[in-house]
Amino acid sequence: MPSAVPFWRDEAKRAIVFQLAAIAIVFGISYYLFSNTQANLQRQSIATGFGFLDKEASFEIGESLIEYSAADSYTRALLVGALNTVKVSFIGIVFTLILGTVIGISRLSKNWLVSKLAAAYIEVMQNIPVLLQLFFWYAIFYEAFPAPRQALNPFTGLFLCNRGMIFAVPAAHPAHSAMGWTLLAVLVGGWVLNRWGKKRQAATGKPFPALRITIAAAIVLPAVVWLLYGAPTAMDIPALRGFNFKGGVTVSPEFSALLLGLVIYTSAFVAEIVRAGIQSVGKGQIEAAMAIGLRPAKVLQLVVLPQALRVIIPPLTSQMLNLTKNSSLAIAIGYADFVAVTNTIINQTGQAIEGVALIMLVFLVFSLSTSLFMNWYNKKMALVER
Amino acid sequence: MKLAKSLVLFLAVSLMAVSFAYAGKDLDAVKAKGFIQVGVNGGVFGFGMPDEKGVWKGLDVDTARAVSAAIFGDADKVKYTPLTAQQRFTALQSGEIDLLTRNATRTLSRETQLGLNFVTVNYYDGQGFMVPKALGVKSAKELDGATVCVLPGTTTEQNAADFFRSNNMKMNPVVIESTSELAKTFFAGRCDVLTSDASQLAGTRAVAPNPKDYIILPEIISKEPLAPAVRHGDDQFRDIVDFSVLAMINAEELGITSANVDEMLKSTNPVVQRFLGVIPGNGEALGLDEKWAYNIVKQVGNYGEVFERNVGVNTKLGIERGLNALWTNGGLMYSPPFK
Repeated sequence: MPSAVPFWRDEAKRAIVFQLAAIAIVFGISYYLFSNTQANLQRQSIATGFGFLDKEASFEIGESLIEYSAADSYTRALLVGALNTVKVSFIGIVFTLILGTVIGISRLSKNWLVSKLAAAYIEVMQNIPVLLQLFFWYAIFYEAFPAPRQALNPFTGLFLCNRGMIFAVPAAHPAHSAMGWTLLAVLVGGWVLNRWGKKRQAATGKPFPALRITIAAAIVLPAVVWLLYGAPTAMDIPALRGFNFKGGVTVSPEFSALLLGLVIYTSAFVAEIVRAGIQSVGKGQIEAAMAIGLRPAKVLQLVVLPQALRVIIPPLTSQMLNLTKNSSLAIAIGYADFVAVTNTIINQTGQAIEGVALIMLVFLVFSLSTSLFMNWYNKKMALVER
Repeated sequence: MKLAKSLVLFLAVSLMAVSFAYAGKDLDAVKAKGFIQVGVNGGVFGFGMPDEKGVWKGLDVDTARAVSAAIFGDADKVKYTPLTAQQRFTALQSGEIDLLTRNATRTLSRETQLGLNFVTVNYYDGQGFMVPKALGVKSAKELDGATVCVLPGTTTEQNAADFFRSNNMKMNPVVIESTSELAKTFFAGRCDVLTSDASQLAGTRAVAPNPKDYIILPEIISKEPLAPAVRHGDDQFRDIVDFSVLAMINAEELGITSANVDEMLKSTNPVVQRFLGVIPGNGEALGLDEKWAYNIVKQVGNYGEVFERNVGVNTKLGIERGLNALWTNGGLMYSPPFK
């Protein structure tokens, strides 16, 4: 055994040395940048640290999912902003998936008009910068709709004006939370039923209509609960008081414009992904499925979709992340998302580095959790080789 | 190889960033560049906005030109960076601009925590409210429940929140970053009220589709001393900016205008002689040419001229001197002796 191979000739050891050197360089540079920034901030006597988070925010935020006032702390203001980002991203992703899928399938339609319309939509919306689209939708909302005193009132309980869409909601009643719990119970029950149904089908070959039963239960059972509580019908109807509407629920023009802009822009990309996914499934497979007598809906459900999803999911994830990140354009049209709120805080406290670090951290958390979920789903959908 | 390349690139970029931060004294940097990079508003008529020919005009712009005249003997060695309210302080801290003249209010926390030095105030302002006449509102106390358009990251945003809170009123803010986009939104009726410094309201109203349809409510709810600002760390540059503003005020006090400044060079009054550098000393003390004050008055004018030209009663803004009159006329503009 050749006892003494010098370590610089040993490939494995050399690799370790290179790795260590790379780590040392990265740490060295990070430390250098960090200490330098610290020194510069100190030299210019700019405040540092996260102590400001407990101070009173003393600015109002237009819309919030939680109780908030100017007397609350910066932390609370940041939380309001983060929740607003989650709100617009989540609703945006749901709508984008629906609209994108519909357009992607339309693009493949045999109907000439439908497929050309879908193609035109994709080409136009993909190629207009999303910021311009946001400005466009926002301008439509505040220019086209009348002032609150002249609000459009197409039917009782709904008002449309340049302050947004204000509609009546059922007045708070204990029945509502009971209905919510019932619905949740039905969904869980449906999931269990579906699993059992599949197992039974695998064993006996008899299909079980789990989905239909679940949908029926989801409609009927909450309605029964509602009746048991004495069928409360009181509504919280908005009314014009002073400058604005009181009561009901308001969807602001800022939120609507941002949601619309993001959904319309991103769904064009999703449509292309869906189309590519469906086209990636070999024609022969569809023909084979039809040949054994499956109906078109079953062909889609059992043959096309499971294979298409494998192609669709990874690029779809990146579109979902894009939508979340693009939601930070909210600041241009006045929606109080996380970036807008943090920018105000940066300006009040002057702590730009901390503020930007918070923005990065929050978006990183959003993105990583989305991609974790999608990766899990992707793995579940991936081809299981036997 | 790719890794090595990107490492080198990363090193180069970070070194550049670092050397930028250490670029020595601000004044030396400005002199070496040959111009001053100034942060201005960009969207407020009368303070900082390009005219239809693309030439920057306004009170804040003239303040920057005065500094340029003092340093370079030429008022036009200025490059402008239009900044939003949210960008302005970061731009100054990071060294992207040398001087900020963007109707910024001097406050304690900005002076200390932001690492800025504000100099002499070039406009005394206060926050007001503008509403459409059609609303029939006569006082800011009647604004309970109103939707309020406001710029983010301003003292205005806080003042409005404080005002509504202390009067037990509710407000729905609409907060948009760009001044012009905010004004458009207000004129389209998205908000009941636009709140800002009274001067800015006047400037916004001047460019409204129908200026006569809007009134500015009588309440002024805050003190807004608007002043130019520089970074901490170069006291000489700070002094030059400070005394450039003061020179315009002092010139008005001494009755020196851009029209009569050449004549005034022959004045026998030692105060005037010292100011214009006929008796040398002031220039040397600031590290400038002795004609620095002469150049400011000759090329930019005294404070009264600058005020009347940009925002005064004969402009579209039509603002009275008020607090911005000389102390001898009941205002707050007062200059220490130039000696």
